[in-house]
Amino acid sequence: MTQKTILNDSHRALGAKMVDFGGWDMPISYGSQIEEHHAVRRDAGMFDVSHMTVVDLAGARTREFLRRLLANGVDKLKLPGKALYSCMLDEQGGVIDDLIVYYLAEDFFRLVVNAATRDKDLAWITRQAAAFDVKVTERPDFAMIAVQGPNARDKVLGLLTPETRAKAAKIGKFVATEAEGPDGMPLFVARTGYTGEDGFEIVVPEAHAVTLWNRLREAGVTPAGLGARDTLRLEAGMNLYGQDMDESVTPWEANLGWTVALDEGRDFIGRAALERQKAAGAHRVMVGLVMDEKGVLRHGQRVVTAQGDGEILSGSFSPTLGKSIAFARVPGGAGETLQVDIRGKLVPVRVVKYPFVRDGKACEGV
Amino acid sequence: MQEIPGDLKFMKSHEWARVEDKGTVTCGISDHAQGLLGDLVYVELPSVGDTVKAGNACAVVESVKAASDVYAPLSGEIVAVNDALPDKPETINEDAYGDGWLFVIKPDNLAEELEELLDPDAYAELIESEDH
Repeated sequence: MTQKTILNDSHRALGAKMVDFGGWDMPISYGSQIEEHHAVRRDAGMFDVSHMTVVDLAGARTREFLRRLLANGVDKLKLPGKALYSCMLDEQGGVIDDLIVYYLAEDFFRLVVNAATRDKDLAWITRQAAAFDVKVTERPDFAMIAVQGPNARDKVLGLLTPETRAKAAKIGKFVATEAEGPDGMPLFVARTGYTGEDGFEIVVPEAHAVTLWNRLREAGVTPAGLGARDTLRLEAGMNLYGQDMDESVTPWEANLGWTVALDEGRDFIGRAALERQKAAGAHRVMVGLVMDEKGVLRHGQRVVTAQGDGEILSGSFSPTLGKSIAFARVPGGAGETLQVDIRGKLVPVRVVKYPFVRDGKACEGV
Repeated sequence: MQEIPGDLKFMKSHEWARVEDKGTVTCGISDHAQGLLGDLVYVELPSVGDTVKAGNACAVVESVKAASDVYAPLSGEIVAVNDALPDKPETINEDAYGDGWLFVIKPDNLAEELEELLDPDAYAELIESEDH
C-alpha cells in the first residue's frame, strides 16, 4: 500500500503532481521543476522529506556499536549535535545504505536513513545492535522538512523563538540543535541538506508539520518537489542510493572513499573487503560527465571507453548549467574523453571533477 | 489545461494531427502529454524528406524527468520540421497545439488513416479515464 506523509494534503492542495517514490506518494513538482530548482539555487525552497526514516539509538554502548556499524569514523563526532555522513556496509564491502548520524549524547545517537531501504536497514541495524545492547527505535512520529537555498536559514530562523533563534543561528555546517518554532513546537534543526546549498533539515513532530510548512510558505519559501531535489543533488555531486550505489558496489567504486575511515584497529563491517579491494587496485571508478552537445544523459545508457564499457548512473539535465550532466561507473584508466550511446548514436562527453555547481555557479572545468 | 482545439485528431499515445488546407498534416504532442512530461529540455526531430509510417517512432521529446518517443500519426513524407524547437523546447510546454508543433507530414493515404485517430471528445474521454 502506498504510504502518505502528513503533508500529503498540503501537496495536493498546491496542485502537486504526485508520484510513487519507494512506496510513498510524493510530490515530483508543483508546476515547473526547473523553476523550483532555480528557487533553491537563488532564494529558498523546501522539500517534504518525511518519507525518510529516523532511527534513534539508545544505550551506554551506542558509540561502540556505531564504530562497528559504519564505515566512517563515529569518533569524529566530539561535540553533541555534530553530524556525520557515512555508508553502512555489508561484510563484502557493499553499500547497504548511506545515512547521516547525529551525536546527541554519549548514550543517544540519531540516524536518518533512506525511505526505499527502510526495511532492510532496520533489520540490519537491529541485528547488529543486539550484541551491543543498543535499543533501536524507529520514529515514524516525526515529519521532516528540508529548507534549502542562500536565504533558507534566515527564513527558518525568523520562525524560531528569540532564545532558540540565537542558538540555531550559530551552529556550523553539519551540526544540529534543538529549537522552538511557532506555537511552541519542538524542533530538531540540522544544518545539513541534499542540494549543495546552505539551509536546514528540520525534524518536527507530525502534529506540527502542517503548521510549520504553512509558516515557511508565508515566509516566502517555495515548495519544491523530488524532481528538483534530484537535479539539485546531482549538480552538487551527491550520490543517490539505488542509482549510484548499492550492495554490488563498494565506497571506492562510488567515489565515496572520503567517507571511509581506515582508522587504526577499528573493525567495522566490510573493512576487510575494502582493504582487499584497495590493495588489488584496478577496480571500477565513478566519474562525473558533462555533455556539451544537445541531449540528455540518462540512467542505464552505455558509456564507451577504450578500456571497455561503463554505464550512466544518475544522469539528467542540469538547469543551472543548461546542459546534461551525469555520474558514470567506468573501468579504471578510462581516460578523459568518452562516448555515450544515446539511442544508438555515440555522443562525446567530457570527464570532469565534480561538484558540477557550487554557490549557484558552474565549477571550474565544467 | 489548455482547451483541445476542435480541428485536431489524436493518437492514444498523445500525438495530435491537424489537416491543413493544402492537404498536409501538422503534428505535435498534446497539452496533456507535455503536462505529464514536465519541463521539456530536448527535442529530436525527423529530417525533411524522411518517410514515416503511422504508429512508428519518428521524434523524441525529453523533459528533465524522462525521454519519450513521438509516433507518427499518419504515413507519408516529412515536408517540414519546427526548427525553432531544438533551441526552445519549452515552447511545447507553453503552446502544445500552436507554436509547439513538431513536424508536417505529406500523407500517403489520408482518408483511411485519419479514421484510425480519435476526435477531440474521444481523446478528452481517454485522458479523463487515465486520470482515474
